[in-house]
Amino acid sequence: MPVLDLMSGFIAELRNAGLPVSLTENLDAMEAVKVIPIEDREAFKYALGATLVKNNAHWRVFETIFEVYFSLRGPEYAITKDGQPDDFWREMQEQMDQVKGQGEGKGSGGGMDSLTPEEITAMLMRALMSGDQAMMRALAKQSVQRFAGMEPGRPVGGTYYLYRTLRNLDLDNMLQKLIDANREMSKQELTSLEERLEKDEFESRIEQFKQEIESEIRRRLVADRGAEAMAKTLRKPLPEDVEFMHASRDEMQSLKKALYPLTRKLAARLARKRRHGRKGPLDFRNTVRHSLSYGGVPADPKFRYPRPAKPELMVVADISGSVAAFARFTLMFVYAIQNQFSKVRSFVFIDGIDEVTKYFKSTEDIGEAINRVNTEADVVWVDGHSDYGHAFEVFWERYGKDITSKTTVLLLGDARNNYHAAQSWVVKEMAKRARHVYWLNPEPKSYWNTGDSIVGEYGAHTDGVFECRNLRQLEGFVENLT
Amino acid sequence: MKPRFNDVATVRSGLKNVNYLADDGIAGVVYLADRLGKPVLIEGPAGTGKTQLAKSVAELTGARLIRLQCYEGLDESKALYEWNYKKQLLRIQADKNSDSWSEVHDDIFSKEFLLTRPLLEAITSEDPVVLLIDEVDRVELETEALLLEILSEYQVSIPELGTITAKQIPLVFLTSNNTRELSEALKRRCLYLHVDYPDLEREKEIVLNKVPDISENLADQIARIVRSIRQLDLKKPPSVSETLDWARTLMLLGIETIDADEAKETLHILLKYQTDIAKAAKELSVTK
Repeated sequence: MPVLDLMSGFIAELRNAGLPVSLTENLDAMEAVKVIPIEDREAFKYALGATLVKNNAHWRVFETIFEVYFSLRGPEYAITKDGQPDDFWREMQEQMDQVKGQGEGKGSGGGMDSLTPEEITAMLMRALMSGDQAMMRALAKQSVQRFAGMEPGRPVGGTYYLYRTLRNLDLDNMLQKLIDANREMSKQELTSLEERLEKDEFESRIEQFKQEIESEIRRRLVADRGAEAMAKTLRKPLPEDVEFMHASRDEMQSLKKALYPLTRKLAARLARKRRHGRKGPLDFRNTVRHSLSYGGVPADPKFRYPRPAKPELMVVADISGSVAAFARFTLMFVYAIQNQFSKVRSFVFIDGIDEVTKYFKSTEDIGEAINRVNTEADVVWVDGHSDYGHAFEVFWERYGKDITSKTTVLLLGDARNNYHAAQSWVVKEMAKRARHVYWLNPEPKSYWNTGDSIVGEYGAHTDGVFECRNLRQLEGFVENLT
Repeated sequence: MKPRFNDVATVRSGLKNVNYLADDGIAGVVYLADRLGKPVLIEGPAGTGKTQLAKSVAELTGARLIRLQCYEGLDESKALYEWNYKKQLLRIQADKNSDSWSEVHDDIFSKEFLLTRPLLEAITSEDPVVLLIDEVDRVELETEALLLEILSEYQVSIPELGTITAKQIPLVFLTSNNTRELSEALKRRCLYLHVDYPDLEREKEIVLNKVPDISENLADQIARIVRSIRQLDLKKPPSVSETLDWARTLMLLGIETIDADEAKETLHILLKYQTDIAKAAKELSVTK
């Protein structure tokens, strides 16, 4: 039974991508498939989603894999070498001719293949303007056919084709063109609010068009190479496994979205832990008071709950280019759960160091504070290349005396010191005064102490150096910290 | 057992008749829940109609809605069942002399002395019911285990009485605001449904449906503005219920088309944080 084979391949791929699919869930999915026909693709997709994906953050990964495995496969997506349109295309073109005929008021031309690139762009613009879904889909197909330059068997990833297609369509300027055209078309002057709404609308349409193109490319690649091979090249890490240092812009967005619920959950968990911690010593007064209801027999002993002191935190972060994203996320993370600490102070450095606590104090909006850190903090001393040694020295001079036995110091960075002097005595002195000193390194462990990385030299004086490449590791570390 | 729905389309149109606009995902999962006889775990941001879905399904199927509101400290005596101690005591005192001990013992642990709580009530009920376990993420991890037996087997084991099995399989909905990760065991037993903010078209339809006499034009504008606001990086993006509140406010104020000033003045209905309001106000008046 082909559906069964397809399903087991699909589920194996989900597991490969990191989704925890258990055996019962697998069986549920099979049950679900029985009652929902595969022809109803949307319902089929949601049926599989409901039984297999139990975490919303995993939905996008699921969607991609679903598309690879269950995308319409057939001759219409085969990449024909000679560019001969097959039946499907002929049909499509007839439709297109009609649309075109209506739109421009001239007779049917030679179909879509004979259009010039300018005409395609013009048609695309009209489709985006009116939000014509069918037209956009057809144009996505046509542009991939024409611009992507796909060749069967060529071992190139989908991103390459996507780039080629988009470059030819010039979508970046499309938005401005649409806005201008819209302004001309409307009779009276648009208010700024209306204009802004129109812009958002166009943006979402363009985004939709891009997705059409992407899935069209994916479909064609699947047809060419088979689902398994494609799934492997398309495999994307789950948001919590995305590496800070190599995240793309899209991944950054999804990371940011994942961050807030994560911190909220962590804060709830920590607060609960604090309340339901182990019992403390006997509370004599309370026990005696309760003994009154048992006629003076202390039958129900009461205990004091320990209130562990919240740690004081000092975050010292390298924000030079290579590790900036990591520093940003760690700061966001720490400030999002700052009520779990009695006090948080933060410092950033490249080769000079500056305290940035005030940016976080003055606003409730962490994102804005981070922006101000990036633009306003005075972190360049000589040339703007990381110099841990100098930064630490200045830190010790200015703020060293503020470190007390209650303080936990977090040092963030890859310790790539550009062969400057290490000044690791500062870390040693810190460790003497502070309760704990930890180092978080966003690089994979195998890269440590290679090249100009001297994390070992600093790490020797700390209470531990931790690899912190993704959200999962960061969350794990912070949970143990409080 | 006879399935309640014929296909996904029936669910969707049925829900629409009771004023709940479902998308493909929601209708599909409700249909599947009925067919597979499995509970549905609904997650998503606050105010997107998670609880309302359970209520609407109850209305659609003509079933009684039994609701268990979860909170920290919920235990089995409040969720499952409890022995009616007072009544048991009375029974013992009523005929002290006549019965032998074993007879009394058997007697006081019978159904007569059992107080049913929502979960037990749902499975013992003769008429069709929809069970709603609201905000299940609020109970402790340990208490979650209470739910497992009823969710997978539709039965409750009472040590003194034996196992009570459901007379009919109820539709079960669990909602969660995602304040903590639910246990794997619970998730495994449920179908998972994530209800997100609706897209432009659906939100517009919801507004048209729920706010009487609103003009199409205004509803469209409201949906667009709300979408733009949701794209900002906010502490708490406006929920559907807040959108509806806003629409009603605008209706009361007699506003036909919204301009930037009016939008700014009524923003506090959509957004509940001062920083969010400031940010949105700034964004809306930007000329670009």
